Amino acid sequence: MATYLEFIQQNEERDGVRFSWNVWPSSRLEATRMVVPLACLLTPLKERPDLPPVQYEPVLCSRPTCKAVLNPLCQVDYRAKLWACNFCFQRNQFPPAYGGISEVNQPAELMPQFSTIEYMIQRGAQSPLIFLYVVDTCLEEDDLQALKESLQMSLSLLPPDALVGLITFGRMVQVHELSCEGISKSYVFRGTKDLTAKQIQDMLGLTKPAMPMQQARPVQPQEHPFASTRFLQPVHKIDMNLTDLLGELQRDPWPVTQGKRPLRSTGVALSIAVGLLEGTFPNTGARIMLFTGGPPTQGPGMVVGDELKIPIRSWHDIEKDNARFMKKATKHYEMLANRTAANGHCIDIYACALDQTGLLEMKCCANLTGGYMVMGDSFNTSLFKQTFQRIFTKDFNGDFRMAFGATLDVKTSRELKIAGAIGPCVSLNVKGPCVSENELGVGGTSQWKICGLDPTSTFGIYFEVVNQHNAPIPQGGRGAIQFVTHYQHSSTQRRIRVTTIARNWADVQSQLRHIEAAFDQEAAAVLMARLGVFRAESEEGPDVLRWLDRQLIRLCQKFGQYNKEDPTSFRLSDSFSLYPQFMFHLRRSPFLQVFNNSPDESSYYRHHFARQDLTQSLIMIQPILYSYSFHGPPEPVLLDSSSILADRILLMDTFFQIVIYLGETIAQWCKAGYQDMPEYENFKHLLQAPLDDAQEILQARFPMPRYINTEHGGSQARFLLSKVNPSQTHNNLYAWGQETGAPILTDDVSLQVFMDHLKKLAVSSAC
Amino acid sequence: MNVNQSVPPVPSFGQPQPVYPGYHQSSYGGQSGSTAPTIPYGAYNGPVPGYQQTLPQGMSRAPPSSGAPPASTAQAPCGQAAYGQFGQGDVQNGPSSTVQMQRLPGSQPFGSPLAPVGNQPAVLQPYGPPPTSAQVTAQLSGMQISGAVAPAPPSSGLGYGPPTSLASASGSFPNSGLYGSYPQGQAPPLSQAQGHPGIQTSQRSAPSQASGFTPPASGGPRLPSMTGPLLPGQSFGGPSVSQPNHVSSPPPQALPPGTQMTGPLGPLPPMHSLQQPGYQPQQNGSFGPARGPQPNYGSPYPAAPTFGSQSGPQPLPPKRLDPDAIPSPIQVIEDDRNNRGTEPFVTGVRGQVPPLVTTNFLVKDQGNASPRYIRCTSYNIPCTSDMAKQAQVPLAAVIKPLASLPPEEASPYVVDHGESGPLRCNRCKAYMCPFMQFIEGGRRFQCCFCSCINDVPPQYFQHLDHTGKRVDAYDRPELSLGSYEFLATVDYCKNNKFPSPPAFIFMIDVSYNAIRTGLVRLLCEELKSLLDFLPREGGAEESAIRVGFVTYNKVLHFYNVKSSLAQPQMMVVSDVADMFVPLLDGFLVNVNESRAVITSLLDQIPEMFADTRETETVFVPVIQAGMEALKAAECAGKLFLFHTSLPIAEAPGKLKNRDDRKLINTDKEKTLFQPQTGAYQTLAKECVAQGCCVDLFLFPNQYVDVATLSVVPQLTGGSVYKYACFQVENDQERFLSDLRRDVQKVVGFDAVMRVRTSTGIRAVDFFGAFYMSNTTDVELAGLDGDKTVTVEFKHDDRLNEESGALLQCALLYTSCAGQRRLRIHNLALNCCTQLADLYRNCETDTLINYMAKFAYRGVLNSPVKAVRDTLITQCAQILACYRKNCASPSSAGQLILPECMKLLPVYLNCVLKSDVLQPGAEITTDDRAYVRQLVTSMDVAETNVFFYPRLLPLTKSPIESTTEPPAVRASEERLSNGDMYLLENGLNLFLWVGASVQQGVVQSLFSVSSFSQITSGLSVLPVLDNPLSKKVRGLIDSLRAQRSRYMKLIVVKQEDKLEMLFKHFLVEDKSLSGGASYVDFLCHMHKEIRQLLS
Repeated sequence: MATYLEFIQQNEERDGVRFSWNVWPSSRLEATRMVVPLACLLTPLKERPDLPPVQYEPVLCSRPTCKAVLNPLCQVDYRAKLWACNFCFQRNQFPPAYGGISEVNQPAELMPQFSTIEYMIQRGAQSPLIFLYVVDTCLEEDDLQALKESLQMSLSLLPPDALVGLITFGRMVQVHELSCEGISKSYVFRGTKDLTAKQIQDMLGLTKPAMPMQQARPVQPQEHPFASTRFLQPVHKIDMNLTDLLGELQRDPWPVTQGKRPLRSTGVALSIAVGLLEGTFPNTGARIMLFTGGPPTQGPGMVVGDELKIPIRSWHDIEKDNARFMKKATKHYEMLANRTAANGHCIDIYACALDQTGLLEMKCCANLTGGYMVMGDSFNTSLFKQTFQRIFTKDFNGDFRMAFGATLDVKTSRELKIAGAIGPCVSLNVKGPCVSENELGVGGTSQWKICGLDPTSTFGIYFEVVNQHNAPIPQGGRGAIQFVTHYQHSSTQRRIRVTTIARNWADVQSQLRHIEAAFDQEAAAVLMARLGVFRAESEEGPDVLRWLDRQLIRLCQKFGQYNKEDPTSFRLSDSFSLYPQFMFHLRRSPFLQVFNNSPDESSYYRHHFARQDLTQSLIMIQPILYSYSFHGPPEPVLLDSSSILADRILLMDTFFQIVIYLGETIAQWCKAGYQDMPEYENFKHLLQAPLDDAQEILQARFPMPRYINTEHGGSQARFLLSKVNPSQTHNNLYAWGQETGAPILTDDVSLQVFMDHLKKLAVSSAC
Repeated sequence: MNVNQSVPPVPSFGQPQPVYPGYHQSSYGGQSGSTAPTIPYGAYNGPVPGYQQTLPQGMSRAPPSSGAPPASTAQAPCGQAAYGQFGQGDVQNGPSSTVQMQRLPGSQPFGSPLAPVGNQPAVLQPYGPPPTSAQVTAQLSGMQISGAVAPAPPSSGLGYGPPTSLASASGSFPNSGLYGSYPQGQAPPLSQAQGHPGIQTSQRSAPSQASGFTPPASGGPRLPSMTGPLLPGQSFGGPSVSQPNHVSSPPPQALPPGTQMTGPLGPLPPMHSLQQPGYQPQQNGSFGPARGPQPNYGSPYPAAPTFGSQSGPQPLPPKRLDPDAIPSPIQVIEDDRNNRGTEPFVTGVRGQVPPLVTTNFLVKDQGNASPRYIRCTSYNIPCTSDMAKQAQVPLAAVIKPLASLPPEEASPYVVDHGESGPLRCNRCKAYMCPFMQFIEGGRRFQCCFCSCINDVPPQYFQHLDHTGKRVDAYDRPELSLGSYEFLATVDYCKNNKFPSPPAFIFMIDVSYNAIRTGLVRLLCEELKSLLDFLPREGGAEESAIRVGFVTYNKVLHFYNVKSSLAQPQMMVVSDVADMFVPLLDGFLVNVNESRAVITSLLDQIPEMFADTRETETVFVPVIQAGMEALKAAECAGKLFLFHTSLPIAEAPGKLKNRDDRKLINTDKEKTLFQPQTGAYQTLAKECVAQGCCVDLFLFPNQYVDVATLSVVPQLTGGSVYKYACFQVENDQERFLSDLRRDVQKVVGFDAVMRVRTSTGIRAVDFFGAFYMSNTTDVELAGLDGDKTVTVEFKHDDRLNEESGALLQCALLYTSCAGQRRLRIHNLALNCCTQLADLYRNCETDTLINYMAKFAYRGVLNSPVKAVRDTLITQCAQILACYRKNCASPSSAGQLILPECMKLLPVYLNCVLKSDVLQPGAEITTDDRAYVRQLVTSMDVAETNVFFYPRLLPLTKSPIESTTEPPAVRASEERLSNGDMYLLENGLNLFLWVGASVQQGVVQSLFSVSSFSQITSGLSVLPVLDNPLSKKVRGLIDSLRAQRSRYMKLIVVKQEDKLEMLFKHFLVEDKSLSGGASYVDFLCHMHKEIRQLLS
């Protein structure tokens, strides 16, 4: 067998799964002593170009509480045409279609290489995708213009038969009717009044009118089925119309007096969008795309008043309990988010403004429904434009990289129970035998609803080993987990992807080495980080940090090799060696530190952290730093102040930002214009190299990172300086006696100090 | 009768005089003096000082004159006799003898009712109480005549004898006119009868007599009662009589102030009488001799001679009242026209009674507001509240602050007092006006209302001349005119900001009904051109008014018609429970800038809703939306609402059909006039606060609850138009014409009106279309030139005869160009310590205007029956008070009416019979509510013709004559089946075609060969090129032009089904719904009076 590293990688590529532990401790007690819970990062729709979907439906275990899908781990009796469920051990008859089954004629789902398999379901009416644009009109003229252009452009990217709708809002909320010719028509709602779904539908004329009484004539039948079509029309029918309509969009005409914010009814607009879809296309894939250029300032969901002199809440206000609208607004958006999730729709938020826009309050809309959250400075930036465009990119099959209305169903073998999940999903509250009482993340269920997801959406799923210490598992026993994801493909088909994995049980007493070796520290770091961030949403920052620290110390105590009370003797094995460093950077990351971040930014960062896959998550935790110089090819360097050298160009990728930093000398050369001199063409190439690399990253990432080009001493250099490990500060500038690197003006502890403390604590017997 | 004179206005006299001179002077001269004293007459005539004088003379003269003319002499005796007779009671007017005569023969219609008279017992039936009736008649007869005379009884009797006879004849007997008619028709010379009252009986008789008496009759008129009786004998001879009554009036003029009424009367009569002889025929036309008489007669008859004739009237034993003998509105109107229509009415003198509203006259403002702006029930008001209470004559002013003026009269000057704003009294805040007294060499002025002494600001200082007048008095409108405007400063504006130009918002119902009838299409088409005619100020090139459009059914559709758009945008608001305006910019636009977009919108609206199936509508949210739009735009404005059905959709102000005819005549009837819910009032209040006026056009197919829907228009100073069962083909012209006028008319917004009075009286009650949030300020969201506010005054202290009573009506409003202005109207009234002065200066038309409004408001709170009783009682009290305090002693059986109020009974009867107070079976609840609210803001001219419709014969006058034919009384008896008549009351217009109209006429008017081929119910006359057709159509056009609302023509054929409808408007007849005929009512009134007196 190859190394665990290869095993892990292979599993990830095949199944989109990374476990914190790849050999599982076989008893509950031992498992809890492992500190890092048994958990995995699951990317349900991981792109598998090599995996064509099968055109039939899965075979399910007949036990009503199980319903696991036939998989390669099942024992099959080819003669009796029976199979035994590997989760509940129920023996099942194969359906008639499987009559010809034999050892040599196996259906795909029984082949080991199809531990992940996708079924296509032909049943059921297919309904087109729905895109409902909810557009803020309280924008600056050029911002609005840019947004309008983006929206018009997007029409050409949508599938032609997709339904599209438009709601605009400012002081009022307008639902535009798209079917009419001539006069453009819209329904207008007051931005201050919260309406129930029923009211909204009544007012939009979506409810079946009680007209039959008066007009029992046969004329009508045709009309009703698609009363809703007035607001949602196939793109190919109305794109001209809609393009014009978008073109004519005016800024919110209500005057905004000096010292006031424009009145923006985001809360009501969203509520109407939700109500509209709820009434017309429940349980059909739909995206509500909210484009907003400022905070909601009136009505339900308002985040700040319209007086400019009262600034929008900051973390300081929130800590002081001084954010008067926050709770109410949050409640409003949560209510909306839950309704939306229940309907299987998702909400995207595209917020572009220099100040905060209330993402903190609205985050749940995206978080619970699997929608996107994009934050930018202006709609008139490439950051927004390209990000938005990227939503409509297609995969190798020419399908949109988005899926809707998914449910994730997790099944475990008896020794395991499900503790919870962290990711853009909501609980479906399905209790079952495999649901643990201990919750980690969103728990208490074995099924979650994911209203919107894409091939990179990744969920942290946490398990609990429930096997009792005194009931040892026979040698070679394997635990199994099956992930069943039902979803609506962007081609509007219903599909089911089933991933079944198994891992060996090991007795901690005798096989600790195995378990250690099978530890995936990257996955573990991300999974712990998700737990930490999840806690941070509801707990005080310092508490979360303390918790993280304690976990780290316990882990080191458990798996470190050291002599008691001797910090210098402390060693960690290879499979754990990077973990403390991840934790160090995690503690400094914006996911847990709110200092210097607005509440909106924190929400934004956390949103993305909770849905990106492992690689991206790791970048977020510990940004990557590349160094370019004449001394050799580009190389990754330590994320440390010592890497900041005068004759280097640095490229840092923090996921949210791409920073290109020219060292002092390089910058001077640059100013001197050497790159334009033919004899210094190599310098020109050097300058170009990081740009090209950055471009590559930019192309691949969603959302578009902020692209920062700076140099030594530049104000934007702060992005770099705030990330690197402050090994040199004004306090120890000369202590280290090094000539290289740049001192960081900070009081933060450096990694070295952090490690020293960690070692001390780990070896101390006090805790 | 005599009394009437008051009115008779100077002018007429002027003319007549010449003639008289001979007579009067000589004879009267002396007498007059004496007569004057002769209280009786004086009293009667009293009203106008000026007149009075004349009258007295007349009276006095009369005698002599009468003496002179044979007839007169005869009369004289008669007169006396008459009195005597009357006194006895029974006798009605003179007619008696004659009457009988007539009746018998004539047994005809008229008589019957009154019949009661002793003579013809059988006849009597009319009023329940036979006895009374008898009396009544008697009285009546007496009355009328006496009316005039009454006062003077004794003396007059004598004096009159002769004169009276004359007088009587003339005056009361307007009849003369009647007679006249008779003559033509029949013989009836009796005209006198008309004289008034009781007389009727006589009238009839007249006819019979006519043959014989014709002439005398004329004499009778005047002094009705007295003469009447006598006349018979003579009269008949003297037929001319009819005039008498009229005459009475003329006299006044003749006579100088001194003697008041009576005197004058006397003289006049003569005139008429004289005339009569010759004229009678002519006069016929003008039945109502009452006031008018003079004029007519006057001119025609000039010659006094007639007198004698007069006697006629009184004569006979009163059986029934002769319709011709009772006061005739037609005659009064004619007389006033002739007497006062020729010379301008100069407002310089305090307490002048203006000409009747039916008279065309010019006004010269010399310090008092034109009667077009303000009319009072009395121009001489009692000094004390005791007197006022005794007389029961309501003191009220009917104010039309923005009345439109004929082109010959200048509109009020605009005065700019600069930054300091208009000069006002510091204490009572009255505005500078001609009555303010400058003292201390001009450094101060004393307020004419509260007597406070104020400093004159330096910039306003001016020296006084030797009379104490400011030297610049004639340079400053506010010091020399009755009406003028001030430019308001910012202090007079809402929120201390000058207003923005107002806006018009058109709100169109596009529910199924509106689409189906073609209304929407028609309206949209019309609006395209109409928008070019928005009201503009002065010579402005384009109107400052902005426009907006809304359509609605169960939801509202707003339109963005911003000029920069290629296409209008529609915005639907379905949250009707909580209305708001979805847009600001682009909703209210300048017509010229956005013309293309607006046109496109108006083109598309009918198309967009062509397939609608929505039948439900909302109402309150629509108005609310408009109001909110104005609020958002920070301007005042007007909503034009075009609505079709009961708003039953779920929304605020949702109504249910509560029409229940069973409630009529029960205590709950009032609920039919009250709004169903309070939402409408609340909304109206908000509208008023925003200066949002609402005009409502209704197109109902069934019950829409006008009572509720009209609340908002009513309280915001708007108008309601109703087109039941609207069909484009039939009602298009009417609707469009109303719409055009309504949109184009000059209107003021966001107005506050306050009426200040000099110490002693104060305004206590207000009627009209407006809202009041406190007890003094009338708030009008909008006010146009058709809207009238009636204000009632009560004493709170003594008034002073010397200083009189002043009214100042100040209206603060925003003009249609958005300018804030104050319009001030001032009016000075006389004060009296003698009741007779009060009665002599009353204006019956205004009184009726007030009483109708009072009653129509009353039905909201009291059972209709109670309201009717109140009216009758009040009227009886007024007349009884007169009888008791002003009339010369006479038998209780005599009905004596003040000259100025001799039409009060007939008009009041019309009010009582009106649809609101006495609904017929065919009147819908909506119609009643509609009429009720219409009347609330009518001016005097409108109520006058509304309650007493004009009936114009078409073929009587020569085809070449360009003037309107003289009207005839609104009674079926006056219709000749060989003629055609136009009837109009300001809302309806009928063309009645007699069954035996000449074929030629039918042909030339209808283009069909015979009567039977005329389509009944026709609403348009074919355009034919012949003189008759042209004339009739021209006449119809001119009638329409006189009214604020387009009157749809309905052709009614005699004996046709539609005739019922038509007959409803013949107000002197008994109505199907139980309304009394004029004659019956007069008897009843007399009875009431007698009861009060005893």
